[in-house]
Amino acid sequence: MTVFKTVLGAGAALAMSAVAALAEPGLIIDLGGKFDKSFNEAAYNGAQRWVKETGGSYIETELQSEAQREQNMRKMAERGANPIVVLGFANASTLERVAPDYPDTNFAIIDMVVDQPNVLSIVFAEHEGSYLVGMLAGMKTQTKTVGFIGGMDIPLIRKFACGYVQGVKAVDPSIRVIQNMTGTTPAAWNDPVKGAELARAQIAQGADVIYAAAGGTGVGVLQAAADAGIYSIGVDSNQNYMHPGSVLTSMVKRVDNAVYNVFKAGTEGTFKPGFLLMNLANDGVGYALDEYNAALITDEMKAAVEDAKAKIIAGEIKVHDYMSDDSCPVE
Amino acid sequence: MGRLPKWADVALIPLINLALALIVSGLVVLYIGENPIEAVAIMVNGAIGSTYGWGYTLYYATNFIFTGLAVAVAFHARLFNIGGEGQAGLGGLGVALVCLFIPWPHWTLALPAAILAGALFGAALAAVPAWLQAKRGSHIVITTIMFNFIASALLVYLLVNVLKKPGQMSPETARFPEGARLPSAHDMASWVGLDFSKSAPLNITFFIAILACVAVWFLIWRTRLGYQIRAFGHSEPAAVYAGINPVKITMVTMLISGALAGLMGINSVMGEAERLVIDSVQGAGFVGIAVALMGRSHPAGVFLAALLFGMLYQGGGELEFEKPAVSREMILVIQGLVILFTGALDNMVRMPLEGLFLRLRGGAR
Amino acid sequence: MQAEQAEASGRPVPAIELRGISKAFGPVQANRDISLTVMPGTIHGIIGENGAGKSTLMSILYGFYRADAGEIFIRGRKTEIHSSLDAIRAGIGMVFQHFKLVPNFTVLENVILGAEDGPLLRPSLAKARGLLRQLAEEYELQVDPDALVEELSVGHQQRVEILKALYREADILILDEPTGVLTPAEADHLFRILKGLKEQGKTIILITHKLREIMAITDTVSVMRRGEMVATVQTAETTPEQLAELMVGRKVLLRVEKTPARPGEVVLEVENLRVTDEDGVERLKGITFELRAGEILGIAGVAGNGQSELLEVLGGITKGEGEVRLAGVPLALSGKGADGQSRRAFGIAHVPEDRQKLGLIMDFFAWENMIFGYHHDPAYQKNALMMDNTAIRRDAEEKMHRYDVRPPNAALQAKAFSGGNQQKIVLAREMSRKPALLLVGQPTRGVDIGAIEFIHQQIIALRDQGAAILLVSVELDEIMSLSDRIAVMFDGRIMGERLPGETDERELGLLMAGVAGEAA
Repeated sequence: MTVFKTVLGAGAALAMSAVAALAEPGLIIDLGGKFDKSFNEAAYNGAQRWVKETGGSYIETELQSEAQREQNMRKMAERGANPIVVLGFANASTLERVAPDYPDTNFAIIDMVVDQPNVLSIVFAEHEGSYLVGMLAGMKTQTKTVGFIGGMDIPLIRKFACGYVQGVKAVDPSIRVIQNMTGTTPAAWNDPVKGAELARAQIAQGADVIYAAAGGTGVGVLQAAADAGIYSIGVDSNQNYMHPGSVLTSMVKRVDNAVYNVFKAGTEGTFKPGFLLMNLANDGVGYALDEYNAALITDEMKAAVEDAKAKIIAGEIKVHDYMSDDSCPVE
Repeated sequence: MGRLPKWADVALIPLINLALALIVSGLVVLYIGENPIEAVAIMVNGAIGSTYGWGYTLYYATNFIFTGLAVAVAFHARLFNIGGEGQAGLGGLGVALVCLFIPWPHWTLALPAAILAGALFGAALAAVPAWLQAKRGSHIVITTIMFNFIASALLVYLLVNVLKKPGQMSPETARFPEGARLPSAHDMASWVGLDFSKSAPLNITFFIAILACVAVWFLIWRTRLGYQIRAFGHSEPAAVYAGINPVKITMVTMLISGALAGLMGINSVMGEAERLVIDSVQGAGFVGIAVALMGRSHPAGVFLAALLFGMLYQGGGELEFEKPAVSREMILVIQGLVILFTGALDNMVRMPLEGLFLRLRGGAR
Repeated sequence: MQAEQAEASGRPVPAIELRGISKAFGPVQANRDISLTVMPGTIHGIIGENGAGKSTLMSILYGFYRADAGEIFIRGRKTEIHSSLDAIRAGIGMVFQHFKLVPNFTVLENVILGAEDGPLLRPSLAKARGLLRQLAEEYELQVDPDALVEELSVGHQQRVEILKALYREADILILDEPTGVLTPAEADHLFRILKGLKEQGKTIILITHKLREIMAITDTVSVMRRGEMVATVQTAETTPEQLAELMVGRKVLLRVEKTPARPGEVVLEVENLRVTDEDGVERLKGITFELRAGEILGIAGVAGNGQSELLEVLGGITKGEGEVRLAGVPLALSGKGADGQSRRAFGIAHVPEDRQKLGLIMDFFAWENMIFGYHHDPAYQKNALMMDNTAIRRDAEEKMHRYDVRPPNAALQAKAFSGGNQQKIVLAREMSRKPALLLVGQPTRGVDIGAIEFIHQQIIALRDQGAAILLVSVELDEIMSLSDRIAVMFDGRIMGERLPGETDERELGLLMAGVAGEAA
């Protein structure tokens, strides 16, 4: 009975929040689920922060299959949401078609560039953040072997991998980096079982730090690493808290900030379509340091990383972007 | 012997089934704390309350008509084609190939070629299970289910490794060129000076689906092949007695069934997405089974059942959107209840109703 | 109350009394105001054409259907029978035409099935074993209690059904067409069992359409016609002719009128024909015979001795080996050309033994059935694509008139016709094309007397037009009266050939049982 009441109350609250003011912002959570502890969750947290700070409400829907993208996007627009944030490169071709049909609605897409007059394209310099966590991995490894587990095998994820390898090699060029991708379809973003399997395989090959850039799949990687007593590196959100003492750090990609900013700008009427790069310089990417991993990062490590960060911002260190030429100078 | 009048069989029973399904669904909605009347209103309004709603409802219905007809044709030969999902997926591949690699000057030329390709690819996938059934007696239910997985694996492989546009991250093909894009309902409405939602994916394929209904009716009840298919379906021993070749009928029926499922690609791939994406079928192959069951394997019934399921899909989507407490899974539960009541629990309504009619008639005498 | 009254008046109480039983299925009145009294310790026959309502009446008595109106009294007590369980409790046992046995259970297990005394089987089995031994001695109901039912002959399976009923302490036993599947010898044995049961005071109701059986074994006979009980008479005071007239409602000729055959050229030559079924069992073990134009060769035998396989291989349904020639031209027995279409092209028509399973599509309309197998005939096509349904209907209606199918309505489904009229549809289709060879199996199985007469006349008329006719029947009467020559099959072989005028049932019965007579 109490459960029933709780559900009822929650339902009513949600229902009410959904029918408030007219120009609410909209967020389409991508495949993998709202609570993937990574990419989607970062976006969700950004939206929640906006709700908390402004007291506003927004419309949210969650994709269940690849083919729903268009209808959900259109439904959002028909429903009057503005601006609408879509998460991930997979929305690009759909947005390309949908955006022109709703010239009065603003859209923002994360991780991909869509060239339309009412679209803001937000991309991140993941290679820079990955470079920093790569350095940490290189300094932490005892076995001179580290691992990388990607989600879906696409240029974006290779960009993560390439930055990571560059960071590792900057510490010691003799360190070996084992790389694996989970799959070739969007299902690879949400396959923690396979993530754990790959992690165990890398551990068997001697890896003692593993970086997971794989959305929900990463949960399995982090778990396997914690179980085996080695280090792991989280991605997108700060995942340090998940296994304190095992998660070395997280390559945070401030998707939450991006969503927060879009929502804020949209409701304040300051939204500007175009292109936005989020990098180390504007804190769009970075590495996470908090109470959960404070014991793992020594002062020397921190100093080295901070030094590199400053140099990257200053342009003294050039981190190669895989997507600029679809190749990586280091293995 | 104790049969119902025809109108009760084709209209009354499905309506009662539907009503029961809705009542039970309403109880579920009530349980999670929403107002069922309001939920129904949102569903109905979302499905048929605007040209946008109609556009999606009929778009889904078009998919279900093709897959429903596929199941229905096979069922006339008592073959249970569970492979509509894979056949439609492969049909979509055929359509995509034709649209991508031939520079069509105009859609009127591209459409017949795409129809041919979709039918051919769908039929090709159905051919192997059909052959295994006809020659080896491997049960077609099992083999067609397995071929769904083969088709899905093949599509993923091709999309990821072969068809993906270079430099693109999503496993999908490039958008079809202008000459291979079908007129949408919006375009067609504007030809005759009407206004139709620009967003809805409904397109000219809907009319092809109607034509397919007529063609299937004609095939089953007016041609010699249909006669043989029905005879084979009613009694295989009798068909053999009459000199009807079971292998041939099994093959031909399944090829037609697969081709019909493959035609769904025209709607979802060429008409809506205008490119091939992963999982372009979205379960319509399985919905087709429910549609054929509910439509009693008659093209007119399939049409109506497809329309109903189109409304459930579109209305359900709107409900989910409007009422976050009603989750995606709830919508599936409601759709599942409709399938359960109209298909599996049919006899639960039929038996008492037959009794009632008998008593009524007895009373009249 | 009832019982007391009866006793008071000094008359014995009837074992079963039905009063005013009516039952309708939709528009069909299967039973109309039926009253029946069956005295205890008698064998009571119920006779009637197919569809006369016998089976419906018995199903009501056994609890399968509920009557729309009427009352049932068992031993003078008004009894409500809602299910077979009620019937069993009232002491009624039923032996169905199609046995309801579990093939891979032993006899003992089948007997106790559903009547176990408790959760443990052992006590029930021991009790049943003892009872079976006792019954075997009393009534000649010998069966090996440990044999698997599937390994028993049909006659023995029937005994198991009777034992089942007796184990459940039935003292009223209903048998539905019990002799259809038996050899004459087995049928005789069954009748001895029934007589034994009667002497022990059991009441027996025998449903049959065979006048011979009624005359041989019953004490009283009730005749049903079109859902009504038209007469109940003492068997000793009636004649077969009178019963037939009561059944059909008009005078019937029980003898087939025919002139001697005038055989012509050899039409069909069969040499060393062999058929092996899917399980690798040889069903035909080298059959050789000839059949001439204008004669009827009757194949007698107990069902399951290869007659069906013979018809099916000649009709192109199953594959075989050996040589078969039609008017000198060899027929393909396997591979290409070994199918029903090719056989029809040769002028071979086939009236199959099982018309409901093979000869007709029960859900098809009569007009659709009338072209079944001949659907490729150009006369039925409107153009390259469409069939000419108008022409087909017209053609069907014309044939239905010619072959006296009732009702002559081509728009009815095959299942809406009675057995006899279904058979007439098949005959009309197969005979109206003047085939060179007609294969005909069980032409009158499940067909009422009125129609039997008509069907026999048609077969003879076709013979007189010069067709060669191969007749397979398990009804010895039919074989004897129609055939110009008789061959008896046993275990996939022809045991011998006889001329109808020079043999009798006893000799044929021995051949059918596999006892070879003097060289054929």
